[in-house]
Amino acid sequence: MNFYAIRAIYLFEMARTWRTLLQSIVSPVISTSLYFVVFGAAIGSRISEINGISYGAFIVPGLVMLSLLTQSISNASFGIYFPKFVGTIYELLSAPVSYLEIVIAYVGAAASKSIILGLIILATAALFVPLQVQHPVWMLLFLVLTAVTFSLFGFIIGIWARSFEQLQLVPLLIVTPLTFLGGSFYSIDMLPPFWRTVSLFNPVVYLVSGFRWSFFGISDVNVGISLGMTLVFLAACLAAVWWIFRTGWRIKV
Amino acid sequence: MLVMQPIISVSNLSKTYASGFSALKNINLDIRRGEIFALLGPNGAGKTTLISVICGIVNPSQGTVLADGHDIVRDYRAARSLIGLVPQELTTDAFETVWATVSFSRGLFGKPANPAHIEKILKDLSLWDKKDNKIITLSGGMKRRVMIAKALSHEPQILFLDEPTAGVDVELRRDMWEVVRLLRETGVTIILTTHYIEEAEQMADRVGVISHGEIILVEDKAELMRKLGRKQLTLQLQHPLEHVPPALSSHGLELSDDGNELVYTYDTQGERTGITALLKDLNDAGIRFRDLQTKQSSLEEIFVNLVSERR
Repeated sequence: MNFYAIRAIYLFEMARTWRTLLQSIVSPVISTSLYFVVFGAAIGSRISEINGISYGAFIVPGLVMLSLLTQSISNASFGIYFPKFVGTIYELLSAPVSYLEIVIAYVGAAASKSIILGLIILATAALFVPLQVQHPVWMLLFLVLTAVTFSLFGFIIGIWARSFEQLQLVPLLIVTPLTFLGGSFYSIDMLPPFWRTVSLFNPVVYLVSGFRWSFFGISDVNVGISLGMTLVFLAACLAAVWWIFRTGWRIKV
Repeated sequence: MLVMQPIISVSNLSKTYASGFSALKNINLDIRRGEIFALLGPNGAGKTTLISVICGIVNPSQGTVLADGHDIVRDYRAARSLIGLVPQELTTDAFETVWATVSFSRGLFGKPANPAHIEKILKDLSLWDKKDNKIITLSGGMKRRVMIAKALSHEPQILFLDEPTAGVDVELRRDMWEVVRLLRETGVTIILTTHYIEEAEQMADRVGVISHGEIILVEDKAELMRKLGRKQLTLQLQHPLEHVPPALSSHGLELSDDGNELVYTYDTQGERTGITALLKDLNDAGIRFRDLQTKQSSLEEIFVNLVSERR
């Protein structure tokens, strides 16, 4: 293992985070606070409690997930796309680093960043609504697994993308709709039966549901299934990354 | 015998891109330990592709490359640790400081931090006073220095310089060759490509010429100059001529436009140079000259001849 290389890439990526503090941390925190103000305070006061939990508190896990997903994807995809775009990837390719080390460093940095962000948003939320975490270990497990899985997914997008437009395409057209329709702001039990079934094909439902269970002990789907599905997505992303590096797809000619 | 083993050994190497373009055709090339090897060739000849394959940026289609005995594919870690690359394009990070980006490169190549070494490199490359500057604020020449510093950060045994002096001012070029000389003294093998053939002529121990993806010649520079070198004898006349007198036509002389100079081209390897006969004939024809000089053809002329012969 080339630990010096992993460390160098990891610190390099994290340095980028601190350098762009406004964009990386402050802006997601502000936009999440806006969700609280709009959904929690303005609309939430008109929505009755869900399973005995105030609407403001109910949406917290969903909001954290929303940030976690979008930030993991955008961090990791940008982290690997940018060297490709400016050409500095030559150094990575000519360095004595294995693909595994590259993935650990880039995905590790992207996941670290979104986990930190998730915790900051959680702390911000605690200012607006009374929060309880019934299963803190599970909460952290879902947080870490989701951050790693979607950082891997972002890494794949970063390698796939040939332009900045493509880089934005997947998050914009697929991830954001899936997150909004994935029960971040409602329980899927509130949907008509047909749409409830459709929702079960949305992977984000399982993430949000499991994450919410770790807070309030209530969930749309069984927490074991949530965990299982999360691990399935993780395995799928790992397989895709493994294939990419084995073939050199869109990295090496 | 270890010294005799080539530090880089390229065998039957071919590269065909997905487009079907054959960039390298069955390349065989040995680079000797500690030498400065100049790879010459016109644009698109395959210089950069060859370097990219050896450095691990481009996958070879066929053939093998050994770097100090390590296969660049199977044993890539050992092979790549030995190699430093300064690519042709000025591709650097923008928002990092000089110090951070050079230290990053050292870590990437698996070496523990060594601020003293980084400091020495930056000082050798006149970058020390810029160490805390962001790269985006540097001039093109300074960025080039940063790229060299990055390549040297992990103390490579083999250094590739791909067109290092393209668009670089005189001062930097001089500094750079000074660094190259110092490196060579410490035993580093240097492979460079350049369009400035006079540089290859000054710096290189051996020269390889690549054209259309094939190595068409590898030779000691001195030997190459001797073998292929043609010399020119220029006679500056006391009285201008309007045309070459018929009595001298057998010598193939060229008369300059103003009629003041006669140029005689001869082959240094020929049995006879024909100079004695020429001088005698000139004397007989009553042509007197003020001065004379001889000039060896440069590597550039040799190179242009070689490449055009191949077409």
